[in-house]
Amino acid sequence: MSDYNFAYLDEQTKRMIRRAILKGLAIPGYQVPFASREMPMPYGWGTGGVQVSAAVLCPEDTLKVIDQGADDTTNAVSIRRFFERTAQIAVTTATADATVIQTRHRIPEEPLRDGQILVYQVPIPEPLRFLEPRESETRKMHALEEYGLMHVKLYEDISRHGHIATAYAYPVKVADRYVMDPSPIPKFDNPKMEMAAIQLFGAGREQRIYALPPFTRVVSLDFEDHPFVASKADHPCGLCGAQDSYLDEVIVDDAGGRMFVCSDTDYCAGRQVDGHRGSDNKEYAA
Amino acid sequence: MDNAALQGGFIDPARDAARAFRAGMEAMARPGTIQTLNGCTAPAPMSVAAATLLSTLCDAETPLHLAGTCDTDGVRKWVRFHLGAPLVGRADAMFAVGDWDALAPLDAYAVGTPDYPDRSATLIVEVAALTNTGATLTGPGIAQTATLSLPDGLLAARVARYPLGIDFYFTCGDRIAALPRTTKGAR
Repeated sequence: MSDYNFAYLDEQTKRMIRRAILKGLAIPGYQVPFASREMPMPYGWGTGGVQVSAAVLCPEDTLKVIDQGADDTTNAVSIRRFFERTAQIAVTTATADATVIQTRHRIPEEPLRDGQILVYQVPIPEPLRFLEPRESETRKMHALEEYGLMHVKLYEDISRHGHIATAYAYPVKVADRYVMDPSPIPKFDNPKMEMAAIQLFGAGREQRIYALPPFTRVVSLDFEDHPFVASKADHPCGLCGAQDSYLDEVIVDDAGGRMFVCSDTDYCAGRQVDGHRGSDNKEYAA
Repeated sequence: MDNAALQGGFIDPARDAARAFRAGMEAMARPGTIQTLNGCTAPAPMSVAAATLLSTLCDAETPLHLAGTCDTDGVRKWVRFHLGAPLVGRADAMFAVGDWDALAPLDAYAVGTPDYPDRSATLIVEVAALTNTGATLTGPGIAQTATLSLPDGLLAARVARYPLGIDFYFTCGDRIAALPRTTKGAR
């Protein structure tokens, strides 16, 4: 027996979060306020995602937690352990085996399916916040569907850099109505958001929950003459040779040496098990 | 003491409610799909699915409207003991449960405000039959189209003023389906 209630939160808190999730699903992209609780980890470590996960987890679930695509970073390991301890939940690093995936700043490369839930950790849920600091005003802008300012911001990118320089947290329009912050995922991941799995977003410090039902229309904002491009580093993965995955640049020595590797560690490891090798892979060189 | 009011709650509240919520969430996220939802039993005529959904979502913070045949002394006592939800009229209700004829018309229910469209009622409609036949549904959560049996007149009664609106659950025995405000329906 554990000394915690199942999945840490008390039942009344879970009901409150669950009601917010349902309204979020009914109004895709709209940020539902919720009474975020203090969690036994600091803000910025995924307290919003943890609360959403705690509200959806069932005893039969298998949980995967990733941080920037990796299963073995501090944030991912500590959240995985948290739920192992408070919910006695099965955990995995394999995307295909997971029923609930909590993520910080990435969508797994492997397409998600019916029956899976992707829970995002969100730092700043309001896409208009850096353009308009007042909550009362941004709320009005969403109510009036007044999103001109966001296009001005993207236009200023073009006038200054010659292209839309926003590379992550790239704003999207959901179901032809709400402009939504997809959380700081690279814009490479934006097209994946029209998926078969349920996507839930939790912002703990900012006390907002929002959601995307499966197959919801998600359009990255752009201009006719500057269409959205899901960009990535123009290299294959140094370990598994993948051409189609999002890459991290890793400095490997003091002489400017670097390599590009898949940010999704499970995808990369899976490809290496299947025999794929990249040019920086020592086994390949030997 | 009336024993019926004390019976029928979750046996293992944390885990049972988690499973029940998942069924309710899958239903809301995938309009038109029929999920199995059980774990709680309220006095007749309330269905198992409706009783379980109420137990999963309602507490002292959620004003509840009991409509028509669901508004019996037995159900009221059960709600008071298990949920503690204030029983209110249509206008103040966050949740309402009953058959379609007793729930309609929809004018009186909260549809949210432009600033806070989430402050809207969720109606739990008890139906005699729940099948994947009848109205053709499209919208978020539906890959192509879905079909679901809907009460007569429900589609016409829904006023299109998205993002404001009312969200529906349909319950029949231990089965549940949902129709959020985003779903478009055609006969």
